[in-house]
Amino acid sequence: MLNSFFTTCRQFGFQLELLFDTLGHLPSLWKRRAMIADQLFVGGVQVVHVVLLVGLFAGMILALQTGLYLAQLGQQDQIGTLVALSMAREMGPFITGIILAATAGSALAAELGTMSVSDELAALEVLSVDRVDFLVLPRLVALAIACPLLTVLCDLIGVVGGGLVASAQLSVELELYFKSAIQALQDPGSLIPLPKDVYAGLLKSFVFGILIAIISCSAGMHARGGALGVGQATRQAVRDSIIAIIVSNYFLTWLLYQN
Amino acid sequence: MDAQGDHRTATADSAPARSGADDRQKDHEGDREVVIRFDKVSKRFGSKVVLDKLDLVVYRGETLVLMGPSGTGKSVTLRHVIGLMKADSGRVTVQGHDMATISRKDLAELRRHMGYLFQDSALINWLNVRDNVALPLRENTDLSEAEILERVEQKLELVHLPGILEKMPSELSGGMRKRVGLARALITDPKLILYDEPNAGLDPEISASINQLIRDVRTQLDITSVVISHLVSCVKTVADRVVLLEEGKVVLEGPRDEFLASDHPRLVRFLGDSKD
Repeated sequence: MLNSFFTTCRQFGFQLELLFDTLGHLPSLWKRRAMIADQLFVGGVQVVHVVLLVGLFAGMILALQTGLYLAQLGQQDQIGTLVALSMAREMGPFITGIILAATAGSALAAELGTMSVSDELAALEVLSVDRVDFLVLPRLVALAIACPLLTVLCDLIGVVGGGLVASAQLSVELELYFKSAIQALQDPGSLIPLPKDVYAGLLKSFVFGILIAIISCSAGMHARGGALGVGQATRQAVRDSIIAIIVSNYFLTWLLYQN
Repeated sequence: MDAQGDHRTATADSAPARSGADDRQKDHEGDREVVIRFDKVSKRFGSKVVLDKLDLVVYRGETLVLMGPSGTGKSVTLRHVIGLMKADSGRVTVQGHDMATISRKDLAELRRHMGYLFQDSALINWLNVRDNVALPLRENTDLSEAEILERVEQKLELVHLPGILEKMPSELSGGMRKRVGLARALITDPKLILYDEPNAGLDPEISASINQLIRDVRTQLDITSVVISHLVSCVKTVADRVVLLEEGKVVLEGPRDEFLASDHPRLVRFLGDSKD
């Protein structure tokens, strides 16, 4: 028990150190642009269809669950408001984060884990190639960009899905549904002159992208012991990323909406 | 031939620490310059002692072959030289640098003058041959792409692998991967090169060609080499001097011909029928 506590503390310490180390390499962004584009394709473009499918059904479920209750109260015209706010504030960033943790995060941990157990990371060190600059920076930047972009898609398709259910099953006019959805997202924030629910959700997903990248890179770089070690690193990356997404989501919500 | 003797006649031990690579006091034994020195180096993993007060020297320009049963610390020895591991006790010096106290900057600079051929070649699997071999130059120099490509082609010719620039590591045979790994290790024109079981997993014909390549590289580039091998054929082709390690200690060492002619019981047992 105590051992596992100290192991967790060590991992957290390494992740924190890796994060600051990576941020210190931000001046290399231009040099790494090709690798960032590659990672954006692997981590972002290749999961678009998953995000669209999950986002669509999430929006449909939200509309159905809230719609059935609101219909009892005669408030069906509020479905658009509820779906839009739920998707923008919570569901969009959360769903996208979980999907990226399970796809890009696990792939990232497996890739770096395989490099670790096959001496490729040691080879980079021997060749005086900075592993953080060469491996971690492009992956972190790509996920930090991909996560908010995918969240926008998830939000949009979720609202569309909710509209389909509202129209087909709850007899709400599509025009009314989308009007209430758009109105719900027009509340300007105090920080920047953009709809607060939109930028709050995007800020969350930006943080989730960074967390997934750092946790997965850290797990992969510490993989030892062949295929078994790579499997453990991958499992650890997905598990820890999901925990980090949920915990950080609470604190970000508290920070952004406490007033 | 006696192992574990105190060979030192003059060392850099008493010299104050310096930061630059060139102003270090050179370590000599007689008229021979010592490039690598292990001074009572110990290393353990958990309860297993891998290196046990190991004393070892490698002289400039020679090719030293490390032999010994599996798990006797040969690869661990090389990893201490390149700075991938640190000794629990004792001292490792490489070209005058104490590897326990060397700064990150000096270590990176030192590594630019060293090459390391990993047992499984350790090519970056998502880079093609050109990008793998060019990697150290792209990352650490300001050379133009044209100059880098010229050097890459030159090194690939040196290892007898022209025209495979676009191939991925997964498309290469074991022997080709070793050669590409060697080309990458040589791309910075190192003064010292470390080979971790260059013959592992290769058939006798390819293995012989790798041995010949190691000898050619040494002859053409005049570099110091340390080779881990289990094969007498490798010793016969490349070695100037041979060391037999067991349980983290040197049990026998000497010039190649004297070593192979030795009737030391441990050597006889280790080589079995393969002595000739």
